[in-house]
This record gives sequence, structure tokens and C-alpha cells, in this order.
Amino acid sequence: MRRFDYYRAISVDEAIALLNEHGEGGMLLSGGTDLLVQIKEAGLAPAYVVGLSGIDELRELRSNGDGLHIGAGVLMHEVASDGTVQAQYSALCDGAGVVGSRQTRNMATVGGNVCNAAPSADTGPPLSVLDATVHVAGGGGTREVAIDDFWTGPGRTVLDSEVVTHITVPAPPANAGSFYERHTPRQIMDIAAVGTAVYVELDGDGNCSQARIALGAVAPTVVRAPAAEAALSGGPITAARAAEAGRAAAGEATPISDQRGSAEFRTHLVEVMTTRSILHAAERAQG
Amino acid sequence: MAKQIFTLNVNGRDHEVYTEPNQSLLEVVRDELRLTGAKEGCGTGDCGACTVLVDGRIVTSCLVLAPDAAGREITTIEGLADGEKLHPMQQAFIDHGSVQCGFCIPGMILSSVALLEENPAPTRDEIRRGIAGNLCRCTGYRKIVEAIESVAGS
Repeated sequence: MRRFDYYRAISVDEAIALLNEHGEGGMLLSGGTDLLVQIKEAGLAPAYVVGLSGIDELRELRSNGDGLHIGAGVLMHEVASDGTVQAQYSALCDGAGVVGSRQTRNMATVGGNVCNAAPSADTGPPLSVLDATVHVAGGGGTREVAIDDFWTGPGRTVLDSEVVTHITVPAPPANAGSFYERHTPRQIMDIAAVGTAVYVELDGDGNCSQARIALGAVAPTVVRAPAAEAALSGGPITAARAAEAGRAAAGEATPISDQRGSAEFRTHLVEVMTTRSILHAAERAQG
Repeated sequence: MAKQIFTLNVNGRDHEVYTEPNQSLLEVVRDELRLTGAKEGCGTGDCGACTVLVDGRIVTSCLVLAPDAAGREITTIEGLADGEKLHPMQQAFIDHGSVQCGFCIPGMILSSVALLEENPAPTRDEIRRGIAGNLCRCTGYRKIVEAIESVAGS
């Protein structure tokens, strides 16, 4: 492996101090399943690396009536196997449960997936539709960033010599449901060609009172699909209305062509998968 | 960066290793400890040939920095047998003719053992998904799946 200086932090404060002490060009290492691959294969040459896996405060996963707290170092398999996440934050369970292989899910962290900022990240669209907030710590203190404002481009975030400490998700009401699915050429150990996440709330008459729809791998970042959300809100979730929202979502996607699919194919997938994800999310909302 | 000394617990024994801190766990296990069961196939976590257990869970050791494994319990294929007595999964792979070239087998067996720890009675589909992070270019997987089924059912 390419040589680099490696410092293991044992607290968030120490990690921030290391970033400030060593200056430009440092990178943070969490589970290693993205960063070390980029160093080995993609020519990434960080000036130095700060390891976060020894920081206990980043490993906390807990929930209460207000919502879910996911430490940045919580592993994918821990999220996917958590009973509360499965029941109340289902789209996130769907996403965390399909990342890579079993080995990957024993190493990769939610914070790493968010900070790697791939538009295809499997926890990206779920966290977007679940209205997550990213909690950031740096030399100047702490701040909160809405997940949709966190990513600025492929591999780019708002972080500036800062560390993501945790992600919070507000508790959904009982009449809510969420769903994420992705299409990959291979079933396992592949990256989404398209990912679609849907969150819906139903009112007492079964009408959709709130809809959030996010798309992965069809834009420079994970993106919301506001026209699709508007098409779905305010009426019953029928196959016809879901299909109308799916068509709207396809109009909001701006995919590129690559080895996982042409732009035309991806646009078609967005329509089909958004429609299907809406119906699955509605089923979950009905319990 | 200067070499560092740290302690790795591998197969129940503490080993002091003296190495550059950006070495992978796989490099240290193979080159320093001379435990050559874990293999480097792709080096990027795709093939699973370097699979070892860390605190009982499978990881691709080519993507773990060795210092990050200090303080954890690491098990390689060399630590699976009880003295001369093979682990039931190792014996099952022999009995079912599951091994051809053998390159993937150390990782495949560790993934299989960990799978049954997590799910003692997997379906055939769950077995196939459970070893999906371990590529085998020889066998077509069928006899590997049969070996795992035989241990799960016994």
C-alpha cells in the first residue's frame, strides 16, 4: 500500500487537534472500505490519515421517542440488525443491509458512507427522506447540517477540517412508512446504478399527507425529487398516482452513462423503481 | 513514518509486531506472523480471500490497518482447528470435495463458520448470500454450499 503517516485518535477532540496540527491534505479513516480502496487503486495520496475507529463516543446507536442517534462510527450491520431501525426507520435498514458484502457491512460505517459522498451511497437516499441531520465538530465548535445540504458534489461535502460525530433522525409518526431499493448489475458487492427511497405519511382517510422522495446515482449528489413529491401528496396512494409520481421523478433525474447503465436506462429505472418504492412505503405506513 | 510497536492478539496469542502503521492486517499476518492461510486476491475487499475474524465477525483484512486491530481478537484459518482435530467446517469441506485450487478456501471457511454463528439454520439462499463476499473461480460453489448445509444440519 502507498505509504502515508497514520495517527489513531481516541477522542473527537484529539482528531480535530490532529487535523489542525498537521494541516492541509489530511483524510479521516473510519471503516476503510472506501478510503483504503481509493488509496490503493485510485491514486489518492493523502498527506496523512487520522484513524477514527478507536473513538468510543462515535460508536453509539440509540433511540428514544424523539428519534434516532447514529454515531458516525456505527457499523452497517449494527444499523441493519437493530430492531428499532428495522421497525421505524425501515428505509435506512434497507440501505445499510445491502452495502457491499457481509464483510463490508462489518467494517463500513454510516458516517463514512455519508462523508465519502458518493451519489450512489446506499444510506444516502434513506437518510435524505428520513430528514436526517448531520452533526459536525471542528476547531470552532459544533454545528448541524441538514443532510440535503451536506453533499456538494461527488466526493465533496461541506466539511472543513471537521469531524462528523453523529447523525440524528426525527422519530416518524405511527402512520409513516419508508422504503429503499437499488438496482445493481450484480446482486452483491456492487454499487447502485440507481437507488430510490420514499417516505410517506398517511392521514386518517388514507391520503398521503407528507411525501419525501430521494434518488441515488442519477445526479452529482443524492437528490430529492420535489415534483414527484408534489404529485404524490394530497391524495390516496394508488397505483396510478404512484406511476404519475414515478414519471415526475424520471423527469428530475440527470444521470450519466457508465458501465452500470446508460443514462436512458437509468432514467427508465428511476420511473419504475420510484413507482414501486412508493407502493412499498405505503404498505409499511399501513403497518 | 517511523515503525511502531503494537500488540496483536491472533488465534489466542499476543504477538508484538514492529511495523509501519499503514500496513494492512493482511500484510502483518502474512509477512510478520507468517500465517499465510489468508490470501491477497484483489487487495480491495472484493474477493474475500483475505477474510479473517475480528471479534468473531468476518472482515477483509486487506482493508484493515494493522494498528486498528490492536486490542481485538483476531482469528485466522490457522486458529480454527483444535490441535490436530479439524473444525467441523474444515472436515465438511474435505468430505464434500469442496476444494479445488484452494486459494479462496481459508476465507470461505471462516465466512461459513461465522455465518452459522449468526444464523445456525440458514436456508440454501441464505448460505449463498452468506458466502457472496467470497469469490471462488474453480468450484461453481455447489459443493461448498453442500458442505455448509451438512454442518448446519448436524
